[in-house]
Amino acid sequence: MHLHKYEKIWLTFGLGSLALFLVIIGFAAFWKGTHPMSHIETIDPQNVEAHESFKPENLGLREVAQGKYTVNIVASAFNYDIGTDADGKPVKKIRVPKGSTVLFQITTKDVVHGFQVAGTNVNMMVEPGHVSRLETVMKNAGEFTVVCNEYCGIGHHQMFATVEVYE
Amino acid sequence: MLKNTLFSKKEARLYMAFMHVTFASLLIGGLMGLLQTLSRSGQFKLPFGINYYTILTVHGVILGLVLTTFFIVGFQFALMGKTVGISDKQRQWGWIAFWTMLIGTIIAAATILVGQANVLYTFYAPLRAHAAFYIGLALVIVGSWIAVFVNFRQLYVWKKANPGQKSPLLAFMVTINMAMWFIASLGVATSVLIQFIPWSLGYAATINVLLSRTLFWYFGHPLVYFWLLPAYMAWYAIIPKIIGGKLFSDSLARMSFILLLMFSIPVGFHHQLTEPGIDPTWKFIQVVLTFMVVIPTLMTAFSIFATFETTGRRKGHKGLFGWFKHLPWKDVRFLAPFIGMVAFIPGGAGGIVNASHQMNTLIHNTIWVTGHFHLTVATTVILTFFGIAYWLVPHLTGRRLTPKLNKLGIIQTIIWTVGMTIMSTSMHIQGLLGGPRRSDFSNYAGGEQVSTWISYQVAQAVGGTILFIGIILMIYIFIQLAFFAPRGVQEFPIAEEEVDADPTPKILENWYLWIGITIALILFAYTIPVIDIIKHSPPGSLPFDWPIGR
Repeated sequence: MHLHKYEKIWLTFGLGSLALFLVIIGFAAFWKGTHPMSHIETIDPQNVEAHESFKPENLGLREVAQGKYTVNIVASAFNYDIGTDADGKPVKKIRVPKGSTVLFQITTKDVVHGFQVAGTNVNMMVEPGHVSRLETVMKNAGEFTVVCNEYCGIGHHQMFATVEVYE
Repeated sequence: MLKNTLFSKKEARLYMAFMHVTFASLLIGGLMGLLQTLSRSGQFKLPFGINYYTILTVHGVILGLVLTTFFIVGFQFALMGKTVGISDKQRQWGWIAFWTMLIGTIIAAATILVGQANVLYTFYAPLRAHAAFYIGLALVIVGSWIAVFVNFRQLYVWKKANPGQKSPLLAFMVTINMAMWFIASLGVATSVLIQFIPWSLGYAATINVLLSRTLFWYFGHPLVYFWLLPAYMAWYAIIPKIIGGKLFSDSLARMSFILLLMFSIPVGFHHQLTEPGIDPTWKFIQVVLTFMVVIPTLMTAFSIFATFETTGRRKGHKGLFGWFKHLPWKDVRFLAPFIGMVAFIPGGAGGIVNASHQMNTLIHNTIWVTGHFHLTVATTVILTFFGIAYWLVPHLTGRRLTPKLNKLGIIQTIIWTVGMTIMSTSMHIQGLLGGPRRSDFSNYAGGEQVSTWISYQVAQAVGGTILFIGIILMIYIFIQLAFFAPRGVQEFPIAEEEVDADPTPKILENWYLWIGITIALILFAYTIPVIDIIKHSPPGSLPFDWPIGR
């Protein structure tokens, strides 16, 4: 097949940038270990309480070590269950100090949901039968809205929570 | 060899039937889009208790699946009819394809409108719509398969009659697109027939959610290439004729279509990057395969602009950009697709962000994604389709695109460009700020973050309104071209090869080879992960009706 000289230059340039992009993505993935969320742990969606992390008393924020936190959440249409406070009221806000390491663990009892801490890289699909897990360092202070970003039914837009990162 | 006479009445009627459904869909789907942007601005409430997610489902299904499929099947039938001919029997099968698709569409649409299928066009399990919704969608796909096999048969018959000759370029391209469509839609058809229909009818108690999503996205990305390739056909083989030039390179065009066939299917995981249950290494492999489409895309960009320049210089336009200044800007058949090509530059760049292993996490399921496909599909593809309709419709109805209609078309194109620029840009920005897609108006916790989103939603309503004006104008032009424009002959522009063009290598028409490689790539990218998904599957999911208001 005949290729024009300029076409060859153009394709060499294109293939070169393609190779460069892939090397960068591969470097970040396999040397730096920044894969998107992925976790092959399954759970019975009709009995999520059987899992240690998702027993009602274990839901919500817990400090597991100095500056290290775990948040356990059960999603269902149209609510994130993040446990209850001292008065027995449902928790809607999580507060962690700036710079802390937070492991989010979430599953769903019913349909597919999303879990995104808006403005950060915490962004997971939550699927029935699977545990979604992501650990991150909260580097920036501020109030972040958690939104369900996968359509889960007609109350989808009422499903939210807040993460506050304080100085 | 290429005849430019009009089609026979019987033949033209078949192709026009597809165009009528296309433009009716544009009006209905566009109206739904307008209502959505208004509703999301927070300034307007939907009347009669209509649910936001009902109109969102109608918008997605009617524009994403119905309009595109009808236009493409009709346009491709016309291309085949022009280049390799259609027999009476094939035409009858064409009608069977049309009616099967239309009946399926009506069944699915009715189910959505009565509120029994608020599941959006992705219909993710375990949300359960009424079984009629899935059956309707299955019929649309089966109808399109009939068209696939009619097209294959058309080329086969032509090949028999013209032994040793290379197939006409456009017929080759149609065959590639239909081969891709058939291979890809096997995924969604499997999911609908084996998983969704038995489960929605109550014959199966549970459904494997991750498997259904994987089968859906095995189809879902090639679907966007199924929309794009007809636009490429116009760019490669029709636009050169409109600007008064020749085909840049027959072999290059065929090569890029073959590469698109190979790299459009084994890539579905890049839609599933943030899902649990899929191994990151396999996600990475599909990211790499996704990036490969950069090659045919760059080849296309080169050859289109090479045609523009060669043609301009041959006409004697001097200077570095003289040829560019003298392109036929006042011809809507050129202008509309050209703006589509320009929109593909940011659209394609955004697509690379979406497909990136890590960057995807920032924008996954935000309204950035919606902005992205309103640039690629709703601008690049649709403006090219409009550009095609300006000559195809009058050609089929035996009328002419008058200077007045041409001018209206130019105004339409400008309105579309302005509206889409405003809407898509604000969607991209809001997405980067974390605003979710496919959500009704909500101020969530009422935080500072949310108020920044809402101002962009107001901008989207402004863009959406301008776009709807563009749709009304387009419908008016379509009706004029179909029924009222003066009688005459409108050219069916097909570019010819240069007289001294190099012969096209025979290997490019070796279907066994290219389809074989495609299947091998698919097996490589999917076999192990799908076995994994089935082996490590959790207990299945029961159906859920109440979350969608059933």
